[in-house]
Amino acid sequence: MLLGRTANGIYWMNRYIERAENMARLIDAGLRMALTRTSNTSDEWASVVVSAGAEAGFRTKHDEFTARSVTDYLLRDTENPSSVMSSIDAGRINARMVRTALTRETWEAINSGWMVLKKLLSRPIDEPDLPRVLDTIKRETALIRGCFYGTMLRNEIFDFAQIGTYVERADNTARILDVKYYVLLPSISWVGSTLDNYQWESILRSVSAHRSYRWVYEADYRPTNIADFLIVNGRMPRSLAFSYRMIEEHLGFLARDYGERHACHDTARQTLARLQVGSIKDIFDAGLHEFLRDFIRDNNKLGNQVAQDYRFY
Amino acid sequence: MVAFDEMLSGDTGVRNAYSDYDRWFQKQDPTRLNEKMSDAENVFRKTGITFAVYGQEEASERLIPFDIVPRILSGSEWRRLTQGIEQRVQALNAFLDDIYHRQEILKAGRVPRSLIAGNEAFLPEMVGVRPPAGVYTHIIGVDVVRTNENEFFVLEDNARTPSGVSYMLENRETMMQLFPELFQQIKVRPVENYPQLLRRSLAAVKPDGAPDRPTIAVLTPGSFNSAFFEHAFLADQMGVELVEGQDLRVVDGHVAMRTTEGYKQIDVLYRRVDDAFLDPLTFRPDSALGVPGIMDVYRAGNITIANAPGTGIADDKAIYSYMPEIVEFYTGRKAILGNIPTWRCSEPDSLKYVLEHLDELVVKEVHGSGGYGMLVGPAASKKECEEFAAKLKAKPHNYIAQPTLSLSTCPILTEKGLAPRHVDLRPFVLVSDRIQIVPGGLTRVALKEGSLVVNSSQGGGTKDTWVLDD
Repeated sequence: MLLGRTANGIYWMNRYIERAENMARLIDAGLRMALTRTSNTSDEWASVVVSAGAEAGFRTKHDEFTARSVTDYLLRDTENPSSVMSSIDAGRINARMVRTALTRETWEAINSGWMVLKKLLSRPIDEPDLPRVLDTIKRETALIRGCFYGTMLRNEIFDFAQIGTYVERADNTARILDVKYYVLLPSISWVGSTLDNYQWESILRSVSAHRSYRWVYEADYRPTNIADFLIVNGRMPRSLAFSYRMIEEHLGFLARDYGERHACHDTARQTLARLQVGSIKDIFDAGLHEFLRDFIRDNNKLGNQVAQDYRFY
Repeated sequence: MVAFDEMLSGDTGVRNAYSDYDRWFQKQDPTRLNEKMSDAENVFRKTGITFAVYGQEEASERLIPFDIVPRILSGSEWRRLTQGIEQRVQALNAFLDDIYHRQEILKAGRVPRSLIAGNEAFLPEMVGVRPPAGVYTHIIGVDVVRTNENEFFVLEDNARTPSGVSYMLENRETMMQLFPELFQQIKVRPVENYPQLLRRSLAAVKPDGAPDRPTIAVLTPGSFNSAFFEHAFLADQMGVELVEGQDLRVVDGHVAMRTTEGYKQIDVLYRRVDDAFLDPLTFRPDSALGVPGIMDVYRAGNITIANAPGTGIADDKAIYSYMPEIVEFYTGRKAILGNIPTWRCSEPDSLKYVLEHLDELVVKEVHGSGGYGMLVGPAASKKECEEFAAKLKAKPHNYIAQPTLSLSTCPILTEKGLAPRHVDLRPFVLVSDRIQIVPGGLTRVALKEGSLVVNSSQGGGTKDTWVLDD
């Protein structure tokens, strides 16, 4: 027996924690690019803001894309609803609301993570301190996840948490891929070639996949391979296919436990089927941008259906 | 006026109840104790045992300061105290039943009719309604103060939705973590089973038609409420659902909660929402915290609401002054626990006296709580007294006054060692088919030297309360 409101709180708590972590990773990739680049770094930081889906909000507050303005907006600005601070705050508010559904360890990990980050992000971050700050964010969110996996009962609460995590993650990976390809790929005819462009690494780095990519593919960065890795590779934990396998699995557990299937189950199954069909080449042929645009739309739809089907409101 | 110190009284040195503790304390390294003090604070902050202070945005989540010196009562002190409390709680329930039915106490002229009729806490909607199992106030936190070896007084009967029990439990938990060796040396009666007792107690007053294992839920105003931690804590410890008004609705004549699989019936609701917000169809129409129609379900006998709506009439500060009569009227015996002498400012003679002696009295709002809107005469400036006198004259019926008692003290640990501070005590009482009082309670302590205000919203702290198993 689980309250609809509690399921909602669990779902969003996990989305926000995931979002905070993804944001830190995205900034990490941006920082890396800015450091390795000799010319003007403003393009790099602009690309980070666009990937974060925060361009419109950013422009209302800042004129220039600098390390300082971008990291400040994405890390600390509470007027930015997706900043790390806003996400951690929202994650904790949700956790607090549903704390009877969490183990004590999980709640304490979130609460102390919030305390650490609130203190850490209370003042503007100097660039030399940035790596340390990003590490701390990743460590705190990892601790929360570790406590959650290590102590939570594998019941419906766990299922809603996983669905929240993977809906957020899939959205994040799809958006990074969309933005970066748009920016980086000069022409569709370049798709099959090997590009001597260290920028490709930034895509992989922003999903923490720069090392694992090399375990699976050759050392050079091919657009097709990168897209294959992040879209259809079922073993890459941040790929769209992996995310949807997890979503399908946990929605399946709910259907089995409750003895009832809903509209969200059909949506998840259809989306997963599209990710499993054919090769990455088919996706490129039909248009990568169109594919990702549709995916983001359907992923969003799934989130709304889950909320409705399980009476979140 | 030297206050009675519960640990170090006058000439006898250390009082009996504290002798084992004192022996242990003398052997402790002061630096280590100070470390323990900050350990305790970290424990509380990490677990998120915080409370909200209204009107202080920055400090919206604050810790109640915790002092590591326990407040200790001997077994025989506790037995005497609990007899008095039991008697009082019986009288409170009998009074409520009477007030909402035959009103014999009014007919007998022992309590003035005007005090009931014109009182906001009296709910006409409850007239003639008999709650399941006949219990009105199920969970009570009686505030008790002590003035010397043998004198305890009741300061307030909190018969609506008393809070603080989670602090009683967490304080004990913290003490056991910090000083496990102490609990091996001294036999302290346990309080940990309170949540089980509460659950059993709530189940025992289920409606007649409810299943053998009734569905119980705690109703909270939400996570922004100052006592949310406690609501969540109790729901968790009892293993019941924590619900908000938005989760509930009336379905087929029962109150039901919205779950991921549809609506599910609730039989017993431990509500931590005030009467006025309970049902927008009956009380405040703007309330989003309650359940539209719950009062109809209640009147039909299909849900237990704990505490029952309308119990506030029994712990009203104006009614309080009649408690000795009320206890005697229903139990046939003199009250074991005394009341503090109280001037009702609605009576002209009393008002005159209070105005003349403002600098030595404590004046409280009849409907106030949490230490807000009160004047502590001896601690107030002349200007504050004058301002208060004006308020008093404008609305005399809104106030009562009491002498400033010499509350007992108990030592707290300061940087300079032990120092006496004034304390009170809130034991928690459960009423169902029986009356149960967990051996302990919440000791509140005024941390400022000489201060008599123990409320957490006014800079008070708490202590673990030990009842010895002797």
